[in-house]
Amino acid sequence: MKAKTYDRIATAVFYTVALSVMLLLFLIVGYILYKGLRTINLNFITSSPKFMETGGGVAPQLYNSFCMLVLSMVITIPLGVGAGIYMAEYAKPGKITNFIRLCIETLSSLPSIVIGLFGFLIFVNRMKLGFSLLSGAMAVTVLNLPSMTRLSEDAIRGVDPSIKEASLALGASKWETIYKVIIPSAMPGLITGTIISAGRVFGEAAALLYTGGMTTPELRFDILNPLVRNSPLSPLRPAETLSVYIWKVNSEALAPDARQIADGASALLLIVVFLFNFFARYLGRIFHRHHEGSK
Amino acid sequence: MDKNDIAIIKSKRKSELIGKSYTTACGMLIIILTLSIFFFIASKGVATFTTDHVSIFDFLFSSTWAPEKIGSRGQPYVGAAIFIAGSIIVSIFAVLVSTPISICSAVFMTEISPKLGEKFLRPAIELFAGIPSVVYGWIGLSILVPFLRNTVGGLGFSLLAAGIVLTIMIFPTIASVAADSLRVLPSDYREAAYALGATRWQTIKGVLIPAALPQIFTGVVLGMARAFGEALAVQMVIGNSIKFPQGLTDPTITLTSIITMDMGNTVAGSAWNNALWSMALLLLLISFGFIILIRRISKRGD
Repeated sequence: MKAKTYDRIATAVFYTVALSVMLLLFLIVGYILYKGLRTINLNFITSSPKFMETGGGVAPQLYNSFCMLVLSMVITIPLGVGAGIYMAEYAKPGKITNFIRLCIETLSSLPSIVIGLFGFLIFVNRMKLGFSLLSGAMAVTVLNLPSMTRLSEDAIRGVDPSIKEASLALGASKWETIYKVIIPSAMPGLITGTIISAGRVFGEAAALLYTGGMTTPELRFDILNPLVRNSPLSPLRPAETLSVYIWKVNSEALAPDARQIADGASALLLIVVFLFNFFARYLGRIFHRHHEGSK
Repeated sequence: MDKNDIAIIKSKRKSELIGKSYTTACGMLIIILTLSIFFFIASKGVATFTTDHVSIFDFLFSSTWAPEKIGSRGQPYVGAAIFIAGSIIVSIFAVLVSTPISICSAVFMTEISPKLGEKFLRPAIELFAGIPSVVYGWIGLSILVPFLRNTVGGLGFSLLAAGIVLTIMIFPTIASVAADSLRVLPSDYREAAYALGATRWQTIKGVLIPAALPQIFTGVVLGMARAFGEALAVQMVIGNSIKFPQGLTDPTITLTSIITMDMGNTVAGSAWNNALWSMALLLLLISFGFIILIRRISKRGD
């Protein structure tokens, strides 16, 4: 009988822990949204931060976050998918492949602050790009490349081998098969994976402190020449993102309503990251249904 | 074969060559990137020992942090022991608290109620993983720190606050690895244990967790690596005072916090700045060490 009692106690403990974890998430998310949604309004997301007075918004930071996201994905996707194809199709088992795997694992476990410092040394100083959108985007690329490679490799390996064999049997070359058959079939996995890693770019801050910079010039939306520093299209302007701004507001707090700004910005950040996740999951489900339906 | 066929074959060969070279170059880029990170961080990080003549022993074990002062042998006082201790203590705290919670959640998802687990707990864990670290830091700063100040006393900014924030941050890492490792166990294990008359708890404790232990340990090491390298969330709540903590409620500082705060305000090439790069190198080597450890574990499991 004793064993049964222990079993019941254990079950109760497991339920309690699981419930507490969910409750904690609910409280955290609820708190951020509750506090943040009181601050978020049209003015907050469309106006610039104010120095030493209340009522500032986060428009440039929000815009910079999106620019950072787009630019870094433009660099990350071709490199990551390329490396993924290499690992799944061309790499032969052996020392080099094994070494690449070690590199991928090492890169993906590096603290993001260390990657930020590497970006500072190479992109900011050596390549003389300064604190800029481009430096930041490249640092985030280094951060995301291992996961992008891994998810591309998985998506490509997940493609039914009979499709590949059929294409090869019809006389297509290996590259034609990859390009015209394997990649389109792997697309659902590639897209959902990409969206999730895009969400991560949006929340990243430590790697951007010393690459993307902690300032933002006044953006003039009438200047479209990307070579001008104030142009919203310039990749060489310093670009403080929303998550960097949350950190800076807390440590420097030059505005009297720093708390409200941080509340609003955190909620905004969370909403965008969650939207990315839900969107990825939604697409994943659609792809899945489509796939099932075609059988 | 007529001319047309030869042209097609030629163009196929050309595209094959381009495709193969491009993807191979991407694969090589990963190697180059990793090696250059090591090379460049190391080349900056060794300056403390080569140009400033600080001994490695002093850097690792001395607690005198006064980089603007010069000692009798002309070397600056850049002992990093306090930062190293802070990083180690706070990550160990996080792992110790997070591991049991993570394992319980993983067991719940795979053994107790897979239905509720799949529907609620797994999405919850994924959302936890998606919350950006500055948001964790901000919650720590705005809820946890005042809460600790009012309940356990002190400033609130403390080792405890940072430990709790990290506990939550590494929970998804450990829990998802542990859940995966339990999920892939052959169902024979469970059936054999039940057939011998074991209760569910006895099966979990005596069969399933021991069988999944190497993989669970991998998850713990990954969590530890994440805790060790986390910068902003910790910096926001740990208090950043350069002294050894006397207890859990004392403020202290970590390697990542001092790098985050001082890298921007120190002159490149100064002893102070060099010491920060040495700490970055140390972080790099430690995280590489964690990866080697994980490889060892998984090799033994095979």
